Formats: sequence, C-alpha cells, structure tokens
Amino acid sequence: MPMKAKEIEGLIRARFPDAEVTIRDLAGDGDHYAAHVVTSEFKGKSRVQQHKMVYDALDGRMGGVLHALALTTAPPKD
Amino acid sequence: MSQQAVHDWIRKTVAGNDVVLFMKGTKNFPQCGFSSQVAQILGHLGVEYQDVNVLDSAEIRDGIKGFTNWPTIPQLYVKGEFVGGCDIIREMFQAGELHQLLEEKGIAHHPATMTA
Repeated sequence: MPMKAKEIEGLIRARFPDAEVTIRDLAGDGDHYAAHVVTSEFKGKSRVQQHKMVYDALDGRMGGVLHALALTTAPPKD
Repeated sequence: MSQQAVHDWIRKTVAGNDVVLFMKGTKNFPQCGFSSQVAQILGHLGVEYQDVNVLDSAEIRDGIKGFTNWPTIPQLYVKGEFVGGCDIIREMFQAGELHQLLEEKGIAHHPATMTA
C-alpha cells in the first residue's frame, strides 16, 4: 500500500491550512484516490496553476508512489 | 539524446502540430485509463491530433514531465500551449470549456454536444 489517504490529506493541509480536503479511496486498494481541494489560495489561479500547487504540496510523490490521484480543485464559493 | 535534445524535440513537436497528446499507448490503443479518457474526449470532439506514445521512449517520458513541469501523463498541448492533464481536460470538457478553447484557437472539431 503506497500511500494512505490520511497521509495525502496531511500533506495538502500542511501546505494549505484553510483547505477543505475530501479524499475518496476509489478502488479500496489504497492506490487509487480522488481528491477534492478547496482553499482560498486558489483564488485568481488557473486550473493548471491550482493543480500544480497541490502537486507541489505532495512534494514529488505525484507521478511516483502516487500513481492514481484524480484531482479536482476550486476556490471557496463566496 | 541529451535532455536539451529531448526538450528541443518536444518543442518542435508541439510547435509543428496544432494538437498534441503525450500519452501512454496510442490514440487507437491507449495503455492507461487516464490517457484513454483524454483520447476518447478528443475523439468525441472530432479533433485531429498527433499522439506521442511516451512508452516508446523513457527519454520522452521523463522529458515531457520536466518540459511542462507537470508530474503525470497524459499531457495535452494545443497550439504550443499546455492545457492540462486528464482531470483538467475532463473538467473542461464537462464544462464546455474545451470546446470553447478549440473554437478560440481555430481548431476544427464537431459542433458542441451535451456531454453524457
């Protein structure tokens, strides 16, 4: 089991303390996750920039130990 | 090939083709679910595109990640600009934004249809 959901959530929260992070284990195998991240830091950022910020928070794990993370991001709704 | 040569090749490929998809497998035989989804979306939109199978070359597979500064495959380029990976392309498609982008960039495609 390469990464636990809590571990992913922890890395994202460490970088974006105000974030709402929702993680689903898609296949129940600890290897296929979907994450939804909402933080005020995404305001005014493009989707590509928002995803890059999350990948940076995961510090090189994305595309490595973390193969399957379906990511959706958004700034908070006012 | 040096990293410089790989980046030059990628730069030339995305400059010389309106739409390029760096993917695992080919458009007719994708070998990864994420690559397959993007190929399906482009097929659905009737977009002509150049596919680059990163499984054919470890140099390109690593090179494209550094070139775009993006950690995963697939990667879609339109008119030389990185548009996104699988999640972003799917979201854009569902929101009608991908269609809008193709329109703006003058890329031939099928008329807009509601997504399933």
